[in-house]
Amino acid sequence: MIRILKNFSRRILRAIFRRKDNIKLGFYGPPNAGKTSIANKICKDWTGEEIGTVSKIPHETRHVQFKEKVEIKYKGKELVFKIVDTPGIATKIDYENFLRYGLKKREAKKRAKEATQGIIDSIQWLDDMDAVVVVLDASENPYSQVNITIIGNIVARKIPVLVVANKIDLRKADIKKFESAFPEYDVVGISAKEGTNMDEFYEALFKLANKT
Amino acid sequence: MKLYSNWLIRHKMKNKMKSGKIKGLSLHVIPYTEVEKMNIAERVKKILSLILNNKIVILQGRLRPEEEARLIEDTMVLVDHVQNFKGIELAVIEPDMKGKNIVEKMKHGIAKRLVGDSEALTVVGPASVIKEIKKDPKKIELFLT
Repeated sequence: MIRILKNFSRRILRAIFRRKDNIKLGFYGPPNAGKTSIANKICKDWTGEEIGTVSKIPHETRHVQFKEKVEIKYKGKELVFKIVDTPGIATKIDYENFLRYGLKKREAKKRAKEATQGIIDSIQWLDDMDAVVVVLDASENPYSQVNITIIGNIVARKIPVLVVANKIDLRKADIKKFESAFPEYDVVGISAKEGTNMDEFYEALFKLANKT
Repeated sequence: MKLYSNWLIRHKMKNKMKSGKIKGLSLHVIPYTEVEKMNIAERVKKILSLILNNKIVILQGRLRPEEEARLIEDTMVLVDHVQNFKGIELAVIEPDMKGKNIVEKMKHGIAKRLVGDSEALTVVGPASVIKEIKKDPKKIELFLT
């Protein structure tokens, strides 16, 4: 009986004081919102290496890419994350759109084919996430059906979520629109490109990690 | 709900057909009772088979988040395998929800789902036909390509 109680109390103490290790943090959102730019900024800041390439052409990230053991320190606290950068989720892929960016037909078709698989992978990886950062373009409409579908699926899976409105450096950016669209979630406006508001982002990230 | 869009679609279709871009497009209404007892796979299959026949589907009620995700997944598989299929446009129209935030809309949606959610309408169509769906509680505007 004493041994059972001892084991029980040891498990409780371990659960309370254990350091949260390798929290699987997914970056989700529509294409070209800046998921990889943010993931790059974090990885570069804390590991010295980037996670992937960025481009003005949509669907640059077509495979789920991740970086293990990213140790982030903020205000004396330290957390270890597995950063998971996912392909943008969309309901349509038209290879002809890529031609506008100067891609050749063959390249565009290949990109479209990979992008479709990337979207499927993104959705399937969602089940593995401990927490999700939804990255949206602050200069776009927050009420798009894809955004609603992404948030709806995260909420349905009871995964803690942080909404990041990226590209606040753009003139059309309207962070208030995002705050009123998502009043129940922390919304942080940042510019990953210029590194604006990253302190506020890390503050919200640590708060998010505490919910996992 | 008045479908102002009927007129809009007819008007735009007339112009499109004159220009020879679209041949034979139709709306297909699916009453809630028709899909009520279907599982996710069956619902998604039904919607996609209509869309592949170039139909704009108006579903009474709304899909659950996991059904929307499945619809996107299956759409992507089809984009990969069906020539000239470029995906879908999807919109959920809920009455009197204009000006409400996404959380309120989701809560409303979840609550309504429990009682069958017959008030909402889900519009899904082939992306090659619909450029954009603009939503308003009193009207649906379909911008055709």
